Amino acid sequence: MTDLTSLTLAEARDGLAKKSFTSLDLTDAHLAAMEQARALNAYVLETPDQARKMARAADARIAKGESGPLNGLPLGIKDLFATEGTRTTACSRILGDFKPPYESTVTSQLWRDGAVMLGKLNNDEFAMGSSNETSCFGPVVNPWRRASSDAKLVPGGSSGGSASAVAASLCLGATATDTGGSIRQPAAFTGTVGIKPTYGRCSRWGIVAFASSLDQAGPIARTVRDAAILMRSMAGHDPKDTTSVDRPVPDYEAAVGKSVKGMKIGIPKEYRLDGMPAEIEKLWTQGADWLKAAGAELVEVSLPHTKYALPAYYIVAPAEASSNLARYDGVRYGARVDGRNIAEMYENTRAKGFGAEVRRRVMIGTYVLSAGYYDAYYLRAQKVRTLIKKDFEDCYAAGVDAILTPATPSAAFGIGEKTGADPIEMYLNDIFTVTVNMAGLPGIAVPAGKDAQGLPLGLQLIGRPFDEETLVSLGEVIEQAAGRFTPERWW
Amino acid sequence: MSVDATTVRRIAHLARIAVEDAEVPALQGELNAILAFVEQLQEVNVDGVEPMTSVTPMEMKKRRDVVNDGEIADKVVANAPVTEDHFFLVPKVVE
Repeated sequence: MTDLTSLTLAEARDGLAKKSFTSLDLTDAHLAAMEQARALNAYVLETPDQARKMARAADARIAKGESGPLNGLPLGIKDLFATEGTRTTACSRILGDFKPPYESTVTSQLWRDGAVMLGKLNNDEFAMGSSNETSCFGPVVNPWRRASSDAKLVPGGSSGGSASAVAASLCLGATATDTGGSIRQPAAFTGTVGIKPTYGRCSRWGIVAFASSLDQAGPIARTVRDAAILMRSMAGHDPKDTTSVDRPVPDYEAAVGKSVKGMKIGIPKEYRLDGMPAEIEKLWTQGADWLKAAGAELVEVSLPHTKYALPAYYIVAPAEASSNLARYDGVRYGARVDGRNIAEMYENTRAKGFGAEVRRRVMIGTYVLSAGYYDAYYLRAQKVRTLIKKDFEDCYAAGVDAILTPATPSAAFGIGEKTGADPIEMYLNDIFTVTVNMAGLPGIAVPAGKDAQGLPLGLQLIGRPFDEETLVSLGEVIEQAAGRFTPERWW
Repeated sequence: MSVDATTVRRIAHLARIAVEDAEVPALQGELNAILAFVEQLQEVNVDGVEPMTSVTPMEMKKRRDVVNDGEIADKVVANAPVTEDHFFLVPKVVE
């Protein structure tokens, strides 16, 4: 039998349907691979007993001919998703040993469709980070390494565990979340595919909140088709999330292979940064050429407020975070640190429970929302956000179907390389992705090439609201032309 | 705009995060780096621009005003560090 972990999710699905192997075979192969890959620190909790139980149930359903769309397929779950009875921490000390008495809507839909949970995946603490180095469980290691170097690289973040696990074949696909680039940037750093859906497409209910007006769940997978398959199960209306949108979920997989002939693809001139590495520039041009060869029409477009997206994000996101994270007070869940009175108990609990990056963002958020500063910072940032969204609306109104950009300004960097005194250096990682969250749009990151040191690089496509299908079609064109990217195993 | 050491302590207190005196200078530097970075927003002309309140235009959905959940006190307090008879226990607030 071939190594079952090397299959794509679609191949595994078809193999199960043909009874070439069982879900238990598939699950055991992944559990073994996880055990051998602990050096990557991708999983913060392995759930082998539950995985085998779910796999046996899936096999029983196959025997009865009752398979759902994800029946028997083993997945990894970002530790930001509440999983009933299974420890969920957001990779923060402050949640301690929290075991949710409920299941997030997105994961419940995966189980509804028959998927198997392998375990919980590492992420930046409360999804705040771009390198997965802020997790209380320690950094995740990227399965990719530079040519002739064994230096450990970051997988990107915040969904670093998801990206690393998918790239290293420790699951067939993973859930992830994206507030400023947390699906697309790690996907680009690991040679995987990540989709950040339109705001409202997936329910946020049961996902640990970071910045509620920006957070959105989505998949990371090894192919565009696999990501499309997962999207269909993750998306959908949920009465428990008032911002989830009540519109039908299309069959995203059907968009794979659909012709892109005649589509108008915008190339935003503001994304051509000063000092952008030549490799990124080349990759971008190459991507445009591939789409052109497939019959798409390329047009230069302008998104004039692009440069203000990241600074506006670093007001809006911390402001919402400071409000969302107020609930961690050592009263209802998590670890408590005592004090002489209740205020001191809160302060000690939060000082011990939050890591440095979370503390920094909660404090910035508190400051920009405080009396006297609200108008100058928060209100202004929300106005700038309106302008950023309008840039995209103007572009789409002019007939553009999607926008092509690089996914990140560089390939993966070394662990510890960007954790110096200036937090902005790390924040700049999200310069190409954060505009999409600010405008609530869908985006996909697809691997498109390698840098001179052999590390994967990704391209991003940005779509119209709720037009993830076009992104799937275009993404697959790039995937077909660029091929797939698999790291050489060293772990 | 930038923050001084006193403001750092005030923000920490508002955020209910205990900060040691030795941590203040580093925090001040980090917060000021972020504030300097966001300063560029001041150059944007936002006259007459509505602040964004909802990124996807939608009507606020309202559920019917009926009881649809409850009777799960055991579950509600299950993860609390200190409880008694389905109550959360905290240090004395009122003398």
